[in-house]
Amino acid sequence: MTYTKRFDGRKFDETRQIEAKVGVIPRADGSAYFAFGDTKAIAAVYGPRPLHPVFLQNPEKGIIRVYYDMLSFSVNERKKPGPARRSMEISYVTKKALEPIINLSAFPNTVTDIFINVIQANASTRCAGINAASMALAQAGIPMTDLVGSVSVGYVGGAIATDVIKEEEDYEEDGEKMVSDIAMAFLLRSQKLSLLQLDGKIDSENLKKAIEAAKKACSKIYEAQKKALKELK
Amino acid sequence: MEKDKQTIEDNTEESKIIVSEEKKRELVVPGEIVASGSAFLPGENTQKEGDDIIATRFGLLDKEGRLVKVIPLSGIYLPRNGNIVIGKVEDITFNGWLMNINSPYKAFLPISECQGFIRKGEDLSTIFAIGDMVIAQVIAVKAKGVDLTTRDRGLHKIDNGLTIAINSSKVPRVIGKQGSMVSMIKQETGCSIVVGQNGVVWIRGDEIEKELLAKEAINLITEKSFTDGLTDKVQAFLESKRK
Repeated sequence: MTYTKRFDGRKFDETRQIEAKVGVIPRADGSAYFAFGDTKAIAAVYGPRPLHPVFLQNPEKGIIRVYYDMLSFSVNERKKPGPARRSMEISYVTKKALEPIINLSAFPNTVTDIFINVIQANASTRCAGINAASMALAQAGIPMTDLVGSVSVGYVGGAIATDVIKEEEDYEEDGEKMVSDIAMAFLLRSQKLSLLQLDGKIDSENLKKAIEAAKKACSKIYEAQKKALKELK
Repeated sequence: MEKDKQTIEDNTEESKIIVSEEKKRELVVPGEIVASGSAFLPGENTQKEGDDIIATRFGLLDKEGRLVKVIPLSGIYLPRNGNIVIGKVEDITFNGWLMNINSPYKAFLPISECQGFIRKGEDLSTIFAIGDMVIAQVIAVKAKGVDLTTRDRGLHKIDNGLTIAINSSKVPRVIGKQGSMVSMIKQETGCSIVVGQNGVVWIRGDEIEKELLAKEAINLITEKSFTDGLTDKVQAFLESKRK
């Protein structure tokens, strides 16, 4: 274990400061803001609404579409706006992470659009996006069986660190990258995994430890999400 | 006035689902366990998972005897048979009108369901033109859309007053128990009001000021919905404005 003290002085099992707000976009059917410290995401939900082109419609249930993007000013170097390889992949995994909770069988042939925009980025943007989207869906009155919480856990220099930041993501020892970044999402009540993405290398024992650490962090996220939703009235 | 009263009375059918105002209600999030054990039965917007009953919508928890249900706070309008709605004409086809009723499904009003005689080859836009607001009733809900009718009392084109849109889940609150809220606003402002189940409200009074006052009162209800004693609050608001 070579990484003994975290860059921002947090404990290894501690997330950054969580901020959650619901109803930030008045014209959307549901919207939410979620922040892990400097990583800030807003999500807006529109629908269920009619879907065109018609061949995409599903006569058994409504479908969801997810659009994730980082705004051009969210990072130090201007990010070119619009879909790119990375943001399309994240849109896809976010959709897969949210699908198990959503039940749109009462709305066949419709679409529910989820727009996630990252307004400030310092790693774990997809996790903040998923957390915001989960709250926004709830506010939009979409029938769902659970909420989703997401957090990234890093295996940095031999230590398990919850909610990694950019500096940890780029952690190096002797010019060699010594970090695995694992983004995870849980169905918060049933504690089932709905997203597991690994970037790097990790052995099975540490992966289990990482999942446990993420579960622990997600219970805190669940509390924050519930609190934000219940404050709305 | 008589016609409108009839429409309101039709609409109060649905408003019976709102519970007594005195009861303290808890806000629940989807997936939250709202009751456990076999003593309870899952009602609207809840489902059974093992021994527990979980909420499937974001809303207010309501326990009535053994039945547990969740009253949603938000969400779009799902048409049901018999609903009175206020729609906007979006398109005219050879045999009827396509209307927007604030739901994801298209609503169709065929000529056969239109009041009065229509001569062969008559221009349909002389009856309902694009952009007209029409009070109609849902008569059929199909997979691809709903069918409407205007062949009943109180169902007609709107040609004066103003319409406002609110969230359809707040409609029961605007109507109130047995129509208490809406009849109070009518009495206080002297306007006639029709509340469509799809969340479109038609207000008509003899002065624009009165109409705007009624609009303000309805917006107050939607903002403060699900606080206790709302009828009294709205009455106090209207009385303060009258002075």
